[in-house]
Amino acid sequence: MPTKIEKDDVTGRDTTGHVWDGIKELNTPLPNWWVITFWVTVVWAVGYLIVYPSLPGIGGLFGYSSRTDLVQSLNEQRGQRAAFVSKIEAASLADLRRNEDLLNFALAGGRQVFADNCVPCHGAGGAGARGYPSLADDDWLWGGTLDMIHQTIRYGVRNADDKSRISQMPRFGVDGVLKAPEISDVADYVLTMSGSAQSSAASARGEPLYKEHCVACHGEKGEGNMELGSPRLDDRIWLYGGDRASVIQSITNARAGAMPAWEGRLDAATIKMLVVYVHTLGGGK
Amino acid sequence: MDDGIRMNSPVLSGQHVEQVRSVREQREEQPLYVTRIKVYPRRVEGLYRRIKWTILGLCLGLYYLVPWLRWDRGPGAPDQAILLDLPGRRGYFFWIEIWPQEVYFITGLLILGAVGLFFVTAYLGRVWCGYACPQTVWTDLFMLVERWIEGDRNARIKLDKSAGNSIKLVRKLAKHVAWIVIGAATGGAWVFYFTDAPATFVEIFTGRASLTVYLFVAAFTATTYTFAGWAREQVCTYMCPWPRFQAAMFDEDTFTVTYQRQRGEPRGKHKSGTSWDGRGDCIDCDSCVAVCPTGIDIRDGQQLECIGCGLCIDACNTVMDKVGRPRGLIAFDTHANQQAKATGTSHHHRWIRPRPIIYAVVLVLVASIMLTALLMRSDVELHVLRDRAPLYVTLSDGSIRNGYTVKILNKARETRIFDLAIHGLDHARVSVVGEEAQPVDDHVKLTAKPDSVATYRVYVAEPAGGKRVKPAREHNDIEFILRDARQHAQARHETVFVAPKH
Repeated sequence: MPTKIEKDDVTGRDTTGHVWDGIKELNTPLPNWWVITFWVTVVWAVGYLIVYPSLPGIGGLFGYSSRTDLVQSLNEQRGQRAAFVSKIEAASLADLRRNEDLLNFALAGGRQVFADNCVPCHGAGGAGARGYPSLADDDWLWGGTLDMIHQTIRYGVRNADDKSRISQMPRFGVDGVLKAPEISDVADYVLTMSGSAQSSAASARGEPLYKEHCVACHGEKGEGNMELGSPRLDDRIWLYGGDRASVIQSITNARAGAMPAWEGRLDAATIKMLVVYVHTLGGGK
Repeated sequence: MDDGIRMNSPVLSGQHVEQVRSVREQREEQPLYVTRIKVYPRRVEGLYRRIKWTILGLCLGLYYLVPWLRWDRGPGAPDQAILLDLPGRRGYFFWIEIWPQEVYFITGLLILGAVGLFFVTAYLGRVWCGYACPQTVWTDLFMLVERWIEGDRNARIKLDKSAGNSIKLVRKLAKHVAWIVIGAATGGAWVFYFTDAPATFVEIFTGRASLTVYLFVAAFTATTYTFAGWAREQVCTYMCPWPRFQAAMFDEDTFTVTYQRQRGEPRGKHKSGTSWDGRGDCIDCDSCVAVCPTGIDIRDGQQLECIGCGLCIDACNTVMDKVGRPRGLIAFDTHANQQAKATGTSHHHRWIRPRPIIYAVVLVLVASIMLTALLMRSDVELHVLRDRAPLYVTLSDGSIRNGYTVKILNKARETRIFDLAIHGLDHARVSVVGEEAQPVDDHVKLTAKPDSVATYRVYVAEPAGGKRVKPAREHNDIEFILRDARQHAQARHETVFVAPKH
């Protein structure tokens, strides 16, 4: 508690009158630089309140808004990209592949778009997953040329789009086309085509069944058909698993993976960038 | 203290003299937190002053002229001898071109600079501070300008004490304008080290230079003006860490600016013609204090504020000549010598001592490492970044493929074709995206443009099946080897090839 305000002999300053354990507190004024700085910040704050949006419903004299700021930045960026984007729109995919500057821009953009839209199914770097084709290998269900990839991305696979890629494998087991033992035999035969299994009595029994029911789409030697999106059976890549049980399951229930159409969701230039990026993932065709 | 004695030394008789006191002396009368006591160094002539002028001219000349040196590097390359091209990510030093990856050369230079400083300090004390430090050089230049405009010490003190009048205003204004012009020239020259000097010079004056250029010129103008005009010795005393630990480089045989106490004391006024017996040679004229750029009294002994410039030596020698006593009352001397003289013994100066030898060894070591690195420096570098996703890809024929991003740093100023080969896999096949025309083999030809980084997506596949001697393990250490067309300039990069678990 303040007791007595007195002058301190040593410093010549007044005390505050506070005494703790016999120690008297000096009334030392704040340094001038501190006081000046304080008042400058107060004045600054008032100015800030007026020119910047600080109070609800009042915009501020400068008319600043972080939203318009963002829109402006986005427009600026769009402007910077416009030169590239318009060229990409005009260029054919083959030309795009040949022009180094455009290609670098497209690959950088494609990588970003791929990460935003494609990675959930196709995996980072196009690694793929069971049921979702790998884009990093040398096998293409619907074709691996730039134009084929372009069409697949634009219209998708097995969706409601008019130009969607469509094909449907019959459900051999569920619909009663083949009986369970027959399916088992066909599976054994299919596995011999890729060299995953040795020929056996079962695979011999499966061969005529394959020739009757499967050849039309998957080909004489299991070479597949990109027109129909029917997978090769003579290679080591299995979209739904290459073990016997998985193959039996595929024949019994059929498979029908779908992919959305991206035309309309992404603009034409973005899709083109995506095409050349996907094309480089596995080396393309 | 008797002001009469101090103000009327025989040397300076007949001349009005302001009282001369060291900053330390004046500070003792003040509380703990004090405002700066302004130092008014007096003009002085002598050996050390001449050395100081010479080094000042040399340093400033180097600083201002070096950016204008030209060095032909052929078409497409800048022709400035020393240039730090930050946007282009290149450092040019005559025939050497540094890429950002080689910034350790600059680290090496800094280490050499630091150890070199230790080495010189161990022998000669703080000569760097006194002669070559930019703070000293520019402060000296600013003091010179100040002296031209406002006059010497006494005139300046008088001017500062005088009431504001038009003469004072004109002189002060002229001085500050001159300082700012020098500051601007300093900042202007600084940006020339980062841009093409002749072009930027024209751009600055025609208003076409970039905002960055103007900002840096402004920043260096401001710092030069503040540090050399206003802060001066405070930079050395309060801001610079060097004076705080310079004593760690000293030993008893280090030369420092020393007042010969045993010869000078007892000091006191001396009347011309009277005997010098029973007294010291110091006539207490305070010339050493008056000329000191940091405002200290060297007779107080070795102290933090002393920058070792030796101007007090010049001042004292002039006085000693006038009173007819031998020179060297203040001199560059060692602690060991001083002690020997105090005890009347003799001391043989040791030039070979552990401390400087250690510094010299480190200096030679770092220099040789840097020189070796510089001579061994290849004009090509190889960087390989393995794909993380997917780790590996199974191809239709069952072989396993890994993807790599290969960067070739071609530091030569010509297009070069390199041969990239794989070591560590039995049947590796290499292919490159965009180079499909090349036959798939265990090596591939890659083109790199001059002075740039060539980036390629490279696939390495290890075939599966019966022909393979042994299956690829999960992790296979492999090595990319790069050769140029003439088979020299090799670069290697180790990485791994990943295959699925069997």
